[in-house]
Amino acid sequence: MTRYIVKRLGLALITLVLLSMVVFATAQLLPGDIGRNILGPFAPQSAVDAMDKQLGANRPAVVQYWDWISGVLQGDLGRSLAFQEPIRPLLTSALENSLKLALVAFLIVIPLGILGGIVAGLRAGRAVDRTVTVGGLSLTSVPEFVSGIVLIIVVGIWLGWLPITAQAPDGAGVLTQARYLLLPAICLAGVLFGYIARITRAGVVEALDSDYARTAYLKGLSSNVVVRRHVLRNALLPTIAVVATQIGYLVGGLVVVETLFNYQGIGLLVFNAAKTKDYPMLSAGVLVIGIIYLLVTLAADILIAALNPRIRLAGAE
Amino acid sequence: MSVAAAAGSEARSARRERLHLLRRSPSVLIGAGVLAFWVACAILGNHITPYDPIYHQSPDVFAHPSTAHWFGTDRLGRDVFSRVLAGSRDILLVAPAATLLGTVLGTALGLITGYMRGIVDDVISRLIDAVLALPLIIIAVTAIAALGTRSEWAVAVVIGLVFTPIIARTVRAAVLAEREQDYIQAAQLRGEKTPYIMFAEVLPNVMPIVLVEATVRLGYAIFAVASLTFIGFGIQVPSPDWAVQIFDNYTYVDPDWWTVLFPAAAIASLVVAVNLVSDGIQQAYER
Amino acid sequence: MSAALEFDALDVAYTVRGKDRRVLRGLSLSVEEGKTFGLVGESGCGKSTAALAAVNYLPRNGKVTGGEIRVAGKDVLGLSWSELRRLRADKVAMVYQNPGAALNPSIKIGAQVAEAFTVRGVPRGEANHLALEALARVQIADPGSVMGRYPFQLSGGMQQRVVIAMALAKDPALLILDEPTTGLDATVEAEVLDLVAQLQAELQTSVLFISHNLGVIAKMCDRVGVLYAGRLVEEGPVETVLSDPRHPYTVGLLRCIPRGGVRKDHARLDTIPGFLPSLGAELPGCVFVDRCALADDRCRAEEPPLTAVGPGHEARCWHHDQAHALPRAEAPELAIRPVDRKAAPVVRFDDLGKVFKQHGHEVHALTGVSGEIWAGETLGLVGETGSGKTTLARTLLGMVAPSSGLVELDGTALEPRFQQRSADELRALQIVFQNPDSALNRRHSVRRILLRSLWKLAGLKGAPADKRMLELTESVRLSERTLTQKPSQLSGGLKQRVSIARAFAGSPQLVVCDEPTSALDVSVQAAILNLLVELQADGGVSFLFISHDLGVVRYISDRIAVLYLGRLMELGPAEVVFEGPHHPYTEALLSAVPTVDGAERERIKLEGDIPSAASPPSGCVFHTRCPRKLGAVCEETEPPLRDVEDGHLMRCHIPIGELRALQA
Repeated sequence: MTRYIVKRLGLALITLVLLSMVVFATAQLLPGDIGRNILGPFAPQSAVDAMDKQLGANRPAVVQYWDWISGVLQGDLGRSLAFQEPIRPLLTSALENSLKLALVAFLIVIPLGILGGIVAGLRAGRAVDRTVTVGGLSLTSVPEFVSGIVLIIVVGIWLGWLPITAQAPDGAGVLTQARYLLLPAICLAGVLFGYIARITRAGVVEALDSDYARTAYLKGLSSNVVVRRHVLRNALLPTIAVVATQIGYLVGGLVVVETLFNYQGIGLLVFNAAKTKDYPMLSAGVLVIGIIYLLVTLAADILIAALNPRIRLAGAE
Repeated sequence: MSVAAAAGSEARSARRERLHLLRRSPSVLIGAGVLAFWVACAILGNHITPYDPIYHQSPDVFAHPSTAHWFGTDRLGRDVFSRVLAGSRDILLVAPAATLLGTVLGTALGLITGYMRGIVDDVISRLIDAVLALPLIIIAVTAIAALGTRSEWAVAVVIGLVFTPIIARTVRAAVLAEREQDYIQAAQLRGEKTPYIMFAEVLPNVMPIVLVEATVRLGYAIFAVASLTFIGFGIQVPSPDWAVQIFDNYTYVDPDWWTVLFPAAAIASLVVAVNLVSDGIQQAYER
Repeated sequence: MSAALEFDALDVAYTVRGKDRRVLRGLSLSVEEGKTFGLVGESGCGKSTAALAAVNYLPRNGKVTGGEIRVAGKDVLGLSWSELRRLRADKVAMVYQNPGAALNPSIKIGAQVAEAFTVRGVPRGEANHLALEALARVQIADPGSVMGRYPFQLSGGMQQRVVIAMALAKDPALLILDEPTTGLDATVEAEVLDLVAQLQAELQTSVLFISHNLGVIAKMCDRVGVLYAGRLVEEGPVETVLSDPRHPYTVGLLRCIPRGGVRKDHARLDTIPGFLPSLGAELPGCVFVDRCALADDRCRAEEPPLTAVGPGHEARCWHHDQAHALPRAEAPELAIRPVDRKAAPVVRFDDLGKVFKQHGHEVHALTGVSGEIWAGETLGLVGETGSGKTTLARTLLGMVAPSSGLVELDGTALEPRFQQRSADELRALQIVFQNPDSALNRRHSVRRILLRSLWKLAGLKGAPADKRMLELTESVRLSERTLTQKPSQLSGGLKQRVSIARAFAGSPQLVVCDEPTSALDVSVQAAILNLLVELQADGGVSFLFISHDLGVVRYISDRIAVLYLGRLMELGPAEVVFEGPHHPYTEALLSAVPTVDGAERERIKLEGDIPSAASPPSGCVFHTRCPRKLGAVCEETEPPLRDVEDGHLMRCHIPIGELRALQA
């Protein structure tokens, strides 16, 4: 098991390094001269050159990359060009906000999605299954800003059940904050629900059709026991993998939702950075998002290995 | 449980039966119907709208829905109903274009990495993993900002390129499975060259998966283009595209909700329709 | 004495793509208490469906449309859910093919076996204890450690023993076995079957044994029922049915199997003309009418009932009294060309060795294998898992580069990898694969497949290619209609013919046949074997014929090579290798194979499992299991491969004279 973890960690690190390079390269792709972009088309060339020099934009890419990466490793994420402030505190607070939102969304969607998938899988082909499947499919396909608009209008304005700004007033307690976050979290959850339910359902159906489920039934075990003890353990493995990979999508969803609700999260932050060509902020933000993604997939891999003895013990053979 | 007759009737009737099932499935029918409706609207365009969706601007701004304006008017006094009817055209041009681009490139990439394996596959797969760790929207925004232009075609190209690694991954998995089949070894033992095997032997067998993936991606493409448009990086004003309308008017949601609710419902209907159809196709192939 | 299992006019149908298709038609049979009933038939006959119906575990799209099922007197179909569970927990047990899949991969063995007890109310601690006992009873060495392992850590044979342990733990009234040993090595299969027979005798369990293998049925069963297209066409005591079959289908089946040591130069295998009916087809009249040489108008119009033809023996045929005189479908003999061993061999391989790196271990797949193949001869290659027979074949073809040794074609050394060989060399060495479904590109028409091979292997295009293609299709007995079809529209047998035609496109000198008939039904297998013999007689091509079915190998081979753990243990003329005196491993292998004739060789049990190829034993690699081990010499020195008698090579320390005496 430890060998497996070490191996996965190693692969994750390599991917991380590649990721940082890709991020850096992308930021460098934004064409035009950095100085020109900041000072605008009317500034004199000399001023542009001076700014370039100051920002070190003339040095070879490799050197710039190294500078940046070594800074990151020491905790210095650079300065935002748009805000003219250090990136780190801005990023941290935005990240905190987004994590809160994501947490509420996950708390809603993971249990519901898994439960929905299990129920649909156990009653495959029947009315419940069609409802969950088609319903999940529909929810998944609707972009968050669309469901957001509908929710804001119907639940927020017409019915007045929930606040339509996501940001709770300062100093509010946990429950109040959660209440404010409920609408945007539901938007995010809506799209995720379909994926999770679908994969869980597929896992359950496959496990139910398997030979070992047959063996269990023919031993005389009741449905409850078969499902609980034999089916679920194998059925949920692919779900864990899928949930992890959805993190990447989630951030995109964050951008849209945070824009709609005007919530100061990391999605909005990075988006604005891209819009305003604030390269340092953009690179730092995307890098952080990438790191989180890799951490989550690593955790998922480890969880799967813990549950799947074949992977766990492969080294010991 | 498989017993095949000598005559080819077994396979032919299988296909016929599949189509028959598709035609009977209520969700597929509803989806296809809605899709057909919006396609028709896109084609007919201004011919069916009561008012010109772009140029008819009246001083009657933010009018409530009424008999004159079924869906009310927006901030420039334009008739929302007309704009909703005309709004399907742009997205039905951009999204399929993006999907096509992504599918062609992704399939080629998937074929190469899946068949050739080795260093080529290792390196490219790691790159794809790294790229997939980045959120699609951010990449798209960055790329579009980089290009400087915000035209529809830029959006289509960017989304197509972003889809390429995703599709490549799916195709690669299918190719890996095909590769283990004996007919590939038979081809190698005949002295066939790699390009021939990839395109003449493997590709035809992977096509069904590519097609299913393409229909699924189409749904995502619509999703992505709409989302990008909403944040200002997709289709631009003054197009009557639905997401543009929302982009334009969402700050007025309270109390002028009709300016955004109807376009939102239109988007929802289109994406759900496309996904119902693509899901139906997927199911038919799985049986 | 009530029967343990009774089917009464049972009708079962499957719903496929919206339509109901009949799979079992009015099946009636009964398994007496304490007896074993064998249900035999080819693919699609419905035998597995009958097994699943008995415990009411049909798949989602299956349903019983008529008739009754009674287990120990209880009507299974009328049971409530909890009563059904009780029945399954106490009275009926099932053992399937593919034991690895039948065990939950994430739960330890001990827990799974204990479950068979806890479901009957036994408390946890006692259940664990009972589980340990159950494992010991199926002769698993060191059951304690096995309890703590996961299924994937056990070999196929061990997995099946665990499944049997779980099944018999409840001392069931009825045990259903569905192809329990298909896919297992011959020696392992023999052990599992022996175990089942022994336990059955001990516990007096009634057994329903389902298999496509008549030899296994002959060995294990008291009575046998023959299923065709969902109908029971013959039933009776095993010896009677096999020696005096009264239904044309049974007669045909028995003629398809190489029996009693018959070889290709003695007689051709007979075949059953025509094809199996498609699933759920409507069949007025007798189900077998389209393929029966005795069929007349009455057979087409009216379905015969099961008629008594002897004590306890019934057949469903209007002409059962003429069944034994069923006209042959094939000509009885074929002229075989004798092999000229004075000429130079076509293929020669010298001291071939191959070591694979796997998970950090070195796996010795082949060590020091040498031999020759002459023009027009068939060299049969026999061996169990890990013997290296697949590796040897791949090395000859250049799909795997050997770690040592070389391969020669017509006296010239071949490049180790096929990518470096000339086009001429490629066309000279071809292969026919085991799995007809994966051997052909599903999206190419037969015509395209053949034309492409003709182009690449024979350099033919246009009119000459078309002409040659027609010749090829005729030589493998394919109708011109199949040219426009795609593989998915063809049956397994037809696909295999296309594969053979493709291999012969360039007039090869050696064709490797890698289990070419293992995935086919018995009746189809006979046709393919006949075809291969015919092609060899016509064109003088050589075959390297790999198969786990010793009867088939004996039929078709001129010489036989026996591999064990990557080493050549024996190589000699087919008759000599089979009759003896032969290598102790060959002896054990032959004794393990159940034959239809039932002439029981004395079973030689081999101890333990096949050693891992990653750490082969010292000295003679067979010494860990050899029942004729001499002593220290076998452990220390590897015997050389010696010519013990004109052309008969053996790797054993025991002198041939002594072996002859011991094996008499």
